Amino acid sequence: MMEEEEAEESPPLSPSVIEGTEEVTPPLSVSPSTIRVTEAAQDGELLTFIIVSQKLSGTGEYHVDRTYEDFDWLQQHLFSLEDVPGIQGIIFPPLPARAQQNAPVKLVRQLGLLATGETWTPYCRALGAYLQQVAGHSLLSRTQHLETFLTSPEPPGRQKVKKGLFNRLSQAVEGIRKDSHTKDVDDFFRTEREHNLSLTGLSRAAAERFLEVVQTEQKIAVACGHFAASLQLCVEAGDDPGQETFSKMCVKISEIMESMKKNVQKVAENDVTTLGLGLDLECRYQEAEKEMLFRRTCKLVELETASRNAERAKPLKKAAMDEIKKAAEKDFEQVSVVAKQEVARFQRARVAVLRQALVRWCELQILTATSSAEQWDQQLLAFRGPARGPEPSS
Amino acid sequence: MATSSERTSPPPFPDSEDQDLAECEGVGDRVSDEDGDGDDLFLSASGPTMSDMDPALPTTITNAPSEVLFEPPLDLMSSPILETETKPAAAAVVKPLVEAVVETVAEPVAELVEEPLDEFDDLVDLSSDVPSVQATSAAAAESPLVEVEAETPSEEACEDFVDLSGSDSDSSQEETLLEVPADSAAASSDPQDVSTALPPGDVATGSAAHEQPGALLEVDIGQASANGEKQPLSEDLFFDPLANLADAGPPPTAAVKQPAPPPQQQQPQQPPLDLFEDDPNDLFGESRHAKSAKQQPSSLFGEVDEDIFGEPLGAPAAKKAGNMASREQRETTVGTKTSGLGGGGAGFGDVGGPLNNNYEKEPADIFSEEAVTIAPTAAAASSSRTNGVHGAAEEGDIFAEATVELSLDSPRADRKKNTTAAKPSTSATTLSSAATDLSKTHSASLEELEEEEQEDNFDVNISVTNPEKIGDGMNAYMAYKVSTQTTLAMFRTKTFTVRRRFSDFLGLYEKLTEKHAPNGFIVPPPPEKSIMGMTKVKVGKEDSSSGEFVERRRAALERYLQRVVCHPSLLQDPDVREFLEKEELPRAVGTQALSGAGFLKMLNKATDAVSKMTIKMNESDVWFEEKLQEVEAADQQFRKLHGMVESLVVHRKELSLNTACFSKSVAMLGSSEDNTALSRALSQLAEVEDKMEQLHQEQASCDSFSFAELIADYIRLLGSVRGSFDHRMKAWQRWQDAQTMLQKKRESEAKLLWANKPDKLQQAKDDIAEWEAKVTQYEGDFDRVSSTVRKEVVRFEKEKVKNFKRQIIKYLETQLKAQQQLIKYWDAFLPEAKAIA
Repeated sequence: MMEEEEAEESPPLSPSVIEGTEEVTPPLSVSPSTIRVTEAAQDGELLTFIIVSQKLSGTGEYHVDRTYEDFDWLQQHLFSLEDVPGIQGIIFPPLPARAQQNAPVKLVRQLGLLATGETWTPYCRALGAYLQQVAGHSLLSRTQHLETFLTSPEPPGRQKVKKGLFNRLSQAVEGIRKDSHTKDVDDFFRTEREHNLSLTGLSRAAAERFLEVVQTEQKIAVACGHFAASLQLCVEAGDDPGQETFSKMCVKISEIMESMKKNVQKVAENDVTTLGLGLDLECRYQEAEKEMLFRRTCKLVELETASRNAERAKPLKKAAMDEIKKAAEKDFEQVSVVAKQEVARFQRARVAVLRQALVRWCELQILTATSSAEQWDQQLLAFRGPARGPEPSS
Repeated sequence: MATSSERTSPPPFPDSEDQDLAECEGVGDRVSDEDGDGDDLFLSASGPTMSDMDPALPTTITNAPSEVLFEPPLDLMSSPILETETKPAAAAVVKPLVEAVVETVAEPVAELVEEPLDEFDDLVDLSSDVPSVQATSAAAAESPLVEVEAETPSEEACEDFVDLSGSDSDSSQEETLLEVPADSAAASSDPQDVSTALPPGDVATGSAAHEQPGALLEVDIGQASANGEKQPLSEDLFFDPLANLADAGPPPTAAVKQPAPPPQQQQPQQPPLDLFEDDPNDLFGESRHAKSAKQQPSSLFGEVDEDIFGEPLGAPAAKKAGNMASREQRETTVGTKTSGLGGGGAGFGDVGGPLNNNYEKEPADIFSEEAVTIAPTAAAASSSRTNGVHGAAEEGDIFAEATVELSLDSPRADRKKNTTAAKPSTSATTLSSAATDLSKTHSASLEELEEEEQEDNFDVNISVTNPEKIGDGMNAYMAYKVSTQTTLAMFRTKTFTVRRRFSDFLGLYEKLTEKHAPNGFIVPPPPEKSIMGMTKVKVGKEDSSSGEFVERRRAALERYLQRVVCHPSLLQDPDVREFLEKEELPRAVGTQALSGAGFLKMLNKATDAVSKMTIKMNESDVWFEEKLQEVEAADQQFRKLHGMVESLVVHRKELSLNTACFSKSVAMLGSSEDNTALSRALSQLAEVEDKMEQLHQEQASCDSFSFAELIADYIRLLGSVRGSFDHRMKAWQRWQDAQTMLQKKRESEAKLLWANKPDKLQQAKDDIAEWEAKVTQYEGDFDRVSSTVRKEVVRFEKEKVKNFKRQIIKYLETQLKAQQQLIKYWDAFLPEAKAIA
């Protein structure tokens, strides 16, 4: 209830927040801000997500069901868009990792905060956020694949696509990375890279710590539940008045522990749905930025190699080498331009996302604390109320 | 002040008393012999015959003076059984009186017979002797009075006792007789008739019949007269233990019931029963204390208040009275009860005293005013009580205790009386009308009284503070400041502080268990020794866990002491007072047995013993059987709950830890953040999280102290409860063994008779007498322990509910506060979050 509300009024990284500088008429037939992954249907090992989006034309909604493979398909297609100049400079919206349900322990390690709780709600919301980001992205939203993904009744991604273009690349140039790490032609990118590096680590750590907090809260909730249940077992049907009084008390304590459990559960839920998602997104986005910066660095390395080659080239090959160098230069410049825009956009967006998360978190926690306090106040009254005799002086 | 004279009189003539006692026993022996030999008629089943008769006889004897009742027994006596009749009578009187006296004064008969206490021999002997003497005299007839006087060196004392035997019964009898007609002539006369009519009718049935007058009398009185409650009590004191001993316990009441008017059938049993359970029980319990008090080294005399010594003894009634008067104002039931009990003990101790006094004082009302109605008698009773309160401590406190219920117009408007005054009026009305509600109101009133007691116990406030490590290395120990705040007069000052080390606490527990556990009391256990925890402290590791350990233990010790002083009987223990007051305490030794695993093992052993014995013991009382099961079930549940809470506490601590980590993480994130607003917000958030860590920490300790510690306490307490069941079982076993022994002695006597060996016969007879006495006494012990256990368990359960309630309220309050604090934190943070641009 709360989540949907929130999703509608303020999805993380909603296009309104993210919308870049360029105003392009969206080719998309759906409104990006309405895209939601409403639920995950589990069929054995297979998770199917229901994606709902509102048509731009007017009333009416698209309901499609997609598996993770479809999401992956979309992501790969985005990576390999060909008609976008400087595509390597784009910070691609990060797709959450695949949810492998056969190993719950691993799942948490893989997905972090998204795997908390008994439901897939956080995961769905993260996927929804991903789609919104893609749809809201001025360059990426133009692709036909997204339209297909969001509207086609047929699942698009069942055929294998060439995978992990950039991943392979990143492995190949691992060595270069270190060399080129310290020097950059552009100060902006150098500082950004350093900054990104520290933030990536820190945000990951924060997310992990926060995950631990949430998990502990969930454990407390469980422990409260067990305690409450055990107290119920203490209730014995007896005509003994002393026993009966005690039984009644056990029931009351059990109720209190039950409400305690609900409170902690709610707190944990609030944590996940607000700051949790925010931190998770932040940390995945930092990774995405890192990827982008790395790709740009690769371009730089390519350019440098090309320049070197051109310089050393024998006259016979000189022309060809110059051609390559020029192409590399152009490519690199395009990437850098896009990258600069993307970085600026990303910085704005992430601050907005974190603000949103923090404010929402704060508000929800206040709400929860208030309602719990009220409840306990009443329980306290009830406990004191029907008591026979005066209270023992404390 | 007859009592005071009494008190002083004993010492001068110890030896002659002993002889008297011997004489008395001789009488008893002879009687029993004759019973065994000739009166097989009366030997309904086995040994118990004698005791069967006993209960009845005291009453008959006490009845003697009252004409109406006296005559039927006379008839009895004139019948062929006359001879045996009178003798058992004598024996009966001797026994119950002796027992009552002995028990209340110092010790159960057992101790008297078996191991006379050196110091108190005199007292005991005197008191036991005198009654017996007078009893014999009374039994024989009124004439032997002279003899008695001649025998007892102090005339005064003797007279007192004579009075007792005669007058006490006189007065009570008189009262009942007088009241009855006045109040509801028809109703009361009926029972009287029955009682008078019955004995002759049932004479043929033998001993059972003898009991009836007594039982009936009780019944009648209980129903018909306002004094009834008091009457049964006093009679019960003599009557019940013995009657029960008879093994055929039910018969007396059963016999009574049938002849008695149908509508009254059930009430009669209950009031006396209740009374017996509660009041006499206390009496006995107290008397135990008295004994223990005496056994204390004489250093007590010098260092501890004399009151300690005097009060439990019951003898210094005057002091008691003073105490009582002062206490009464604050209305500490402890105080009143103590005085009631201790005093009751005293009263009984000086059997001559209270009863005699009663006689002396009440006659004014009773005898001078011929047409006494309930109100006057009640007034007399209450006045006697108030007198007791004011100064005439010899005043039969027993009586007072019992009569409290009936005091219609109590001069003093203190709380206890108020409650009780309200009850008597109801009970009086009900009595006169239908008497159906009597038992109910009665028990209700008892409950109320009990509750009051507990509330009033808060007059002693104990805190254990300032844990301090003393010494170095492995010889180091923790010392605690024990501060007491009290308004009780039994303490010298209102506030005092002593330093005690942990083993002192254990030592106190050992002393208390030794003294009180065998009587069925549930002695609150202290926290176990923890080698792990203490070693850490000793090594001087100043980490949080050792600090927590010390705090945990401090709190546990505080709760332990509070439980001890909340116990009305334990509070009276001189050791408790010594522990709280005395500057230097002799080093407790041998507490090693209580350390850690040893302690648990001990508990487990006790449990095993109980379960083994349960198999052997065919439980006569379903209540105990059920309770024991409940206790065991509760133990299991508490252990489980404890596990749950402990894990909850662990998680809370973990949360606190994780929150701290998160806070650090956020702080770092904030410091590397470029966006100034966001950076600021994040560092603010880190601070909020720091505060929350604190909050989680508090919640962890709240969970720990509200539930985990409480439950751990109760697991320990349940061990003590089981221990009390165990002690009851032991008492039972002892009684059974004695019975078996008696049976063997009888058989051997029969063999001797058959073999015609007169030389050994006397020895055999003596043995039988001895064992009969033991059986009687052990049964009394068992009954007493049983009722104590019962009362203690009820008290325990009440305390349990109260404790849990208090804790849960505290818990909720803490939780509430935590939430409010949270809201405050978030409220402060929200603007920061919103300020992010």
